[in-house]
Amino acid sequence: MAFFLETLLGGLMAGMLYSLVALGFVLIYKASGVFNFAQGAMVLFAALAMARFSEWIPLWTGIANPVLTTFMAFVVAAVIMFVVAWLIERLALRHLVNQEGTTLLMATLGISYFLDGIGQAIFGSDIYKIDIGMPKEPILILEQMFEGGILINKEDLYAALIAAVLVTMLSVFFQRTATGRALRAVADDHQAAQSIGIALNRIWVIVWSVAGVVALVAGMIWGSKLGVQFSLTTVALRALPVVILGGLTSVPGAIIGGLIIGVGEKLSEVFLGPYVGGGIEIWFAYVLALLFLLVRPQGLFGEKIIDRV
Amino acid sequence: MIYRENGQFKTSYRADQQIFPIAQDRWGVLLIIAAAFFVVPLVGSDYMFRAIFIPFLIMSLAALGVNVLVGYCGQISLGSGAFMAVGAYAGFNFFVRVPELPLLVSLVMGGICASAFGILFGLPSLRVKGLYLAVATLAAQFFSDWMFLRIKWFTNDSPSGSVSVSGLQIMGVPLETPVAKYWLCLSILVVLGLLAKNLVRSAIGREWMAIRDMDVAAAVIGIRPMYAKLTAFAVSSFVIGVAGALWGFVYLGAWEPAAFSVEMSFRLLFMVIIGGMGSIMGSFFGAAFIVILPIALNQFLPVLGSLFGVEISTSGISHAELIIFGALIVWFLIVEPHGLAKLWAIGKQKMRLWPFPH
Repeated sequence: MAFFLETLLGGLMAGMLYSLVALGFVLIYKASGVFNFAQGAMVLFAALAMARFSEWIPLWTGIANPVLTTFMAFVVAAVIMFVVAWLIERLALRHLVNQEGTTLLMATLGISYFLDGIGQAIFGSDIYKIDIGMPKEPILILEQMFEGGILINKEDLYAALIAAVLVTMLSVFFQRTATGRALRAVADDHQAAQSIGIALNRIWVIVWSVAGVVALVAGMIWGSKLGVQFSLTTVALRALPVVILGGLTSVPGAIIGGLIIGVGEKLSEVFLGPYVGGGIEIWFAYVLALLFLLVRPQGLFGEKIIDRV
Repeated sequence: MIYRENGQFKTSYRADQQIFPIAQDRWGVLLIIAAAFFVVPLVGSDYMFRAIFIPFLIMSLAALGVNVLVGYCGQISLGSGAFMAVGAYAGFNFFVRVPELPLLVSLVMGGICASAFGILFGLPSLRVKGLYLAVATLAAQFFSDWMFLRIKWFTNDSPSGSVSVSGLQIMGVPLETPVAKYWLCLSILVVLGLLAKNLVRSAIGREWMAIRDMDVAAAVIGIRPMYAKLTAFAVSSFVIGVAGALWGFVYLGAWEPAAFSVEMSFRLLFMVIIGGMGSIMGSFFGAAFIVILPIALNQFLPVLGSLFGVEISTSGISHAELIIFGALIVWFLIVEPHGLAKLWAIGKQKMRLWPFPH
C-alpha cells in the first residue's frame, strides 16, 4: 500500500510538470487556434538562454550573489522569449492569418526546427546546468501510518507548487482582465474579434509571449531536474497526450490531464511494465489519450467540436 | 512553342483518359524513365549512387506514400516513420524466417504488414481529425519505437537489437553493386509511382480528395468516410512500408529502431510540404530537395565559411541545417503553400504561352 501511494504521489508530481508544458500548448491554441508544435523548442530555447545567461552574467558584471544573478538571468531570458514571440508573429503568423489549422501546425513544426537550430547555434549544444536553488533531498511523510513512510522528492513538490501558482495566475488573467477577455474573443472568432476593434497582431504577440514565459518556467524546472540539453524538446512530445486528454481549449483540462497521464504512466510502468519488457511509459500515455479520443473526440474539458458544411 | 497541346485531337475515350493525355508529357516521362534506367548508371559514380540516387529513390517512394495520405486524403500523419519501421522489420522477418521466399515477396509482405498496422492506427481518424489526429498518429510512432526495441522476437533475438540482411538477390542475380540496387529501387518506384498516379485519378482518389476538401460535405453526397479514410491509410502505409523495407534492406543493410524515429516522420512530412501536397510530382521534388540539401550544405558551408575566414564546425553545419530547414518550411507555407510542384505547374503554363505572353 505504501509503495502504491508512493508511486501515485510520484505520478501526480510528474503530472504537474507535464501540465506545465501542456499549458503552453493550451494557451496558444486557446487564443489563436494554432497548435503550437514549437512549444518543445521554446522550452529548450528558454532553458538554454536562462542557463547560459546565469553563467555569463557573473562573468560580465562581476555580481557574485547567485540569487540575484539567477533572477537577472530569468528576466533576460523572459525578454528574449518576448522578442522571439514578436519575431514569430511578425515573420510567420502574420502572413498565415486565416489559413487552415493544419497549415499553421506545419508552420509551427518549421518554427520548432528553426528555434532548435538557432538556439543551439547561439547558446551552444552541450549539457548545461540550471541551479535555481531547489532542495534535492527527499523527505519522508506519513511515517506513523505506514512502515517506512513514503518518500517524496522535495524538488518535485516545489515544482508542483510553482506550476499551481502559475496556473492560478493564468486563470485569473484569462477570466478577469480585459486582455484576457480579448484573448478569448480572438480564440472564438478572428473576424468578429477584429470587427469590434481587437488588434489581432497585438493579441498574438501577447499570447506567444505568455507561452514563452510558461516555456521558460517549464524549461527552468525541467532543466534543473534533467540538465539543459537537446532532449528537453522531447518533453513537449511527452506532454502532447496530456493536452489531447484534457482538451485543447481548457486550462484546467491541461492540469487534470497532466495528473491523469502522470499517474497512469507511473502506475503502468511499475505494475504493468515488468510483464512486457519495460519502457512502456513513453507510448502508454499516447495510447491512453488515443483510447480516450475514441470516446470523447474533444478531450475531457474541450469545447464540443461542431462541424458545419 | 514546343510544349503546346494544340492539334492533339482525341478520337476515343481511351485516348482521352490516359494517364498523360498530352504527348509532350508522355514522351517526357518516358524519356526521364529511360534516362534514369540507362544513362544514369553510365555517368554516376559509386559515391553518387550510395549518397544521392538510392536515398533519393527510396525517399521519393516514402514521400509518395505520405502524399497519398496527407496530400490527397488530408489526414495529417506524424507516424510515417513507424510505417516504414513496420515495413522494414516485417520484411526482415519474412526474409530471415522463410529463406525460400524471394526478396521481392519479402518486400511486398513488409508493405502488407505496414498496411495492416496503418489501418489499425488509422482507426482514430474516423473519430478525430486535424490536430488531434496528428497526435494520434504519434502514438503509432512511439509504439513502434518501443515494440522493435523491446520485443526481441521482431529482431530475431539479436543480442545488440540491431538487425542486418545479407545475400540479397533477385532471381539468382546478386544485388551487390550500387547500380544493381539502384535499378531495383528505380523499378519498384516506377511501378508504384504509376500505380499511385492512376489511383489518385480513379474513383477512390476522387473520394480521398472530397474527404480532404470537406469531409462532412463528402459524407452528405454519399462518400463513405470510413472506407475512404481507411483505404487511404492502407494504400499510403503500404507504399511507405515498401519504402521502409527498401531503406533497411538496400540503403542501410543493418539497422536499429532509431533509424525510423519520429525525426524520420517529420522529414517525410517536410518532403511533402516542400514538394507539394496533393501532387505525385511534388513527392519527387520534395525528396530530392531534402536528400540533397544536407549534402549540399556539408560541401558548401565550409567553403562559404573559409571565404569569410570563419571555421564552421560539423555541429555548426547541423545547426545551420536545422535553421535552413525550419525557415524554408515556413517560407514555403507562406509564399507557396502548394510547394515546388506548383512552381513547376506555373513554369509549364508559361511554357505553353511562350514566346507570346498572351
